[in-house]
Amino acid sequence: MINEAYLTTAPKAAEWKLPSARKVAIVCLILTETTLFSIFVAGYVFYIGKSLTGPTPREVLDLPVLATIFLLSSSVTIVLAERAFNRDRVGLFKLFWFATIVLAGLFLTMTAVEWRKLIYHDGLTISTNLFGTTFYTLVGLHASHVIVGMCLLLLVFVFSLRGFVTIMHRERLQMISWYWHFVDAVWVVVFTVVYVIGR
Amino acid sequence: MATQEIAIPADGALGSSFVDRLHDLVITVDHKKLGLMYIGTALGFFVVAGLMAVAIRLQLVIPVNTLLEPDVFNRFFTMHGTSMVFLVGMPIIAGLGNYLVPLMIGTRDMAFPRLNAFGYWMFLFGGLLLYFSYLGAPGLAGHGSAPDVGWFAYAPLTGRAFSRGTSTDYWILSLLLTSVGSTVSAINVIATTIALRCPGMTMMRMPLLVWLMLVTNFMILLALPGLSGAQIMLLIDRYPGGHFFDTQAGGSAVIWQHFFWIFGHPEVYILMIPAFACLSEIIPVFSRKPIFGYPIMVGATAMIGLISVSVWAHHMFSVGMTSVGNTFFAISTFLVAIPTGIKIFNWIGTMYGGRIRFELPMLFCIAFLFQFLIAGLTGVMLAVVPFNWQLTDSYFVVAHFHYTLVGAFLFGIFAGFYYWYPKALGRLLDPRLGLLHFWLFVIGFHLTFDTLHFAGFLGMPRRIFTYDAGRGWDTLNFIATVGALFQATAILVLAINIVRSARKGEPAGNDPWDAWTLEWSTSSPPPDYNFATMPTVRSRRPLWDLKHPEDPDWKYE
Repeated sequence: MINEAYLTTAPKAAEWKLPSARKVAIVCLILTETTLFSIFVAGYVFYIGKSLTGPTPREVLDLPVLATIFLLSSSVTIVLAERAFNRDRVGLFKLFWFATIVLAGLFLTMTAVEWRKLIYHDGLTISTNLFGTTFYTLVGLHASHVIVGMCLLLLVFVFSLRGFVTIMHRERLQMISWYWHFVDAVWVVVFTVVYVIGR
Repeated sequence: MATQEIAIPADGALGSSFVDRLHDLVITVDHKKLGLMYIGTALGFFVVAGLMAVAIRLQLVIPVNTLLEPDVFNRFFTMHGTSMVFLVGMPIIAGLGNYLVPLMIGTRDMAFPRLNAFGYWMFLFGGLLLYFSYLGAPGLAGHGSAPDVGWFAYAPLTGRAFSRGTSTDYWILSLLLTSVGSTVSAINVIATTIALRCPGMTMMRMPLLVWLMLVTNFMILLALPGLSGAQIMLLIDRYPGGHFFDTQAGGSAVIWQHFFWIFGHPEVYILMIPAFACLSEIIPVFSRKPIFGYPIMVGATAMIGLISVSVWAHHMFSVGMTSVGNTFFAISTFLVAIPTGIKIFNWIGTMYGGRIRFELPMLFCIAFLFQFLIAGLTGVMLAVVPFNWQLTDSYFVVAHFHYTLVGAFLFGIFAGFYYWYPKALGRLLDPRLGLLHFWLFVIGFHLTFDTLHFAGFLGMPRRIFTYDAGRGWDTLNFIATVGALFQATAILVLAINIVRSARKGEPAGNDPWDAWTLEWSTSSPPPDYNFATMPTVRSRRPLWDLKHPEDPDWKYE
């Protein structure tokens, strides 16, 4: 069972470099996730101002400035963590990586606080009106992506505490960081659509 | 704790007993086994969904027939459509991609073998979940029932008020599962194609099948989220009480149609492009000429992919869009005819002046060309808005899309079966049974779907479970049902052929068709590692170079 077509006519290609499969896969994942978010953003935009009853976004939504700062700065800390990792400064890497997790956690906490206020104080639930339906769906879809990202970050952090993260895993960390940047970029869109245009 | 002994069985020793073989299938991450599992499972669902189609035709054979109850009929056409698209078409293309792409680009497996297995099992259990609805979904009367809202599941029929019980939820959840499977499989094929090509296999030297699979899988990534997103919204409507498609709270039923067809129309091309891919490999080999216009074929495929994401609303002309919207979607739909026409001309150009061998794969390809041409022409007719207003939701539409999905997609896939079966199982399919299958299927196909066009012209609406006598539909429906029985017999012949030839067929050897792509350079069936030595290629037809060292292709490329 030997491959009989060893193509001797061809000399060995001197340089045969291909992109990393992992990177291609993550770009594809981000592409398909972008399409998914586009559908929900399109749904949100389509239903702006179409609710038959209140409360309206203008009445109940506050700009989540603090949450946005937390999430966007987590993109900075993860870059710093990566940089420290590439320079083999493990302590600094762990510190920045942990900071990223904390910032993500703070973002989720802010979202939770916001939702609590909306539900208990303003009486806006997913079934109240179209605004509620689209708001909780879009923001919730984003938050669920943050949670997934946080699980990945935590996994790496636990591994790094036990010393399992080595230079071998450089590309994997990079992929998590790409995903994390994507989640942040989506937040910029969600913020613009929900809190700026939609208000 | 005793140390575990890992026995490495000799080749062929695995799979001695049924349990061993089953265990082997469950744990496998091999792209060839998974590819065959995809195709085998798809054929199983194909038989089930095909039998439903036969039942539907038998119900319509005479006016006022009482074979199927109306609600059973609704479930049958829903399950038939859903199964054929998600449990037959999608896994067959995933299977073909899995099996062929690594072999054709000269690598040993997919980029992510475990992800590959995950995709298969998601598909399988998604499919089983859909069929479990017959037992598990409490309907109105408390007995089990399957989804009955059509494969497009238009709102507001799917709302809680109109779809009681959980049958629609089975439809949503099972398709979400299979969509996850399709998505990871698509990512895997793309990553494999981009990152694992053997040395010398530049993008423009890849076999056309690999190119077309690449485009199809990109389209899966772009289109499937439309459906998944809409299904998530529908679930939110049905359970926490959202209002996306709830017209009484300001929601829109039309937006479901938009979301569904943003997925639904590219889906048609996602299915068609792999059939094109089979043709683009088979026609050159059986015409003894390299493909005519390789770069144009690549470009035309990419164009089909691009245009097809902007045509979705031609499914919705009768909804009442603006005239600007209608015009836009009519024109973009006409535009798709250009790259598809280019493809047809290129295949004919490949055959022109070639030494054509009328073997079975080629016969299916030639039938494909005729049928796909007609399917495309009726498609252009339906893109004319006033014509569409007249004939939408009639049997003309049914005949049109069955012409594309049976007359073109299925024929292309059958051509692929006859072509690659010897590679996968090491034995040729019996040519006499194959010829019987071909003619029975061609005759049955034309009896059924040619006549249904006319039933549509005479005003027969889709999805009716029966009709009154004397409307001029009786004879046409009778002929269509006879054709369906022909097709069912043809599939039976194919099934017998597949099972029989696996044991008794003529041994194929490595390269039964004197072909040119890398998969024919390894043994049939290929060993687990595909290639003992990693191949190096210098042209689009590496095996031609090997067989004709005096006149290799790379001198001219």
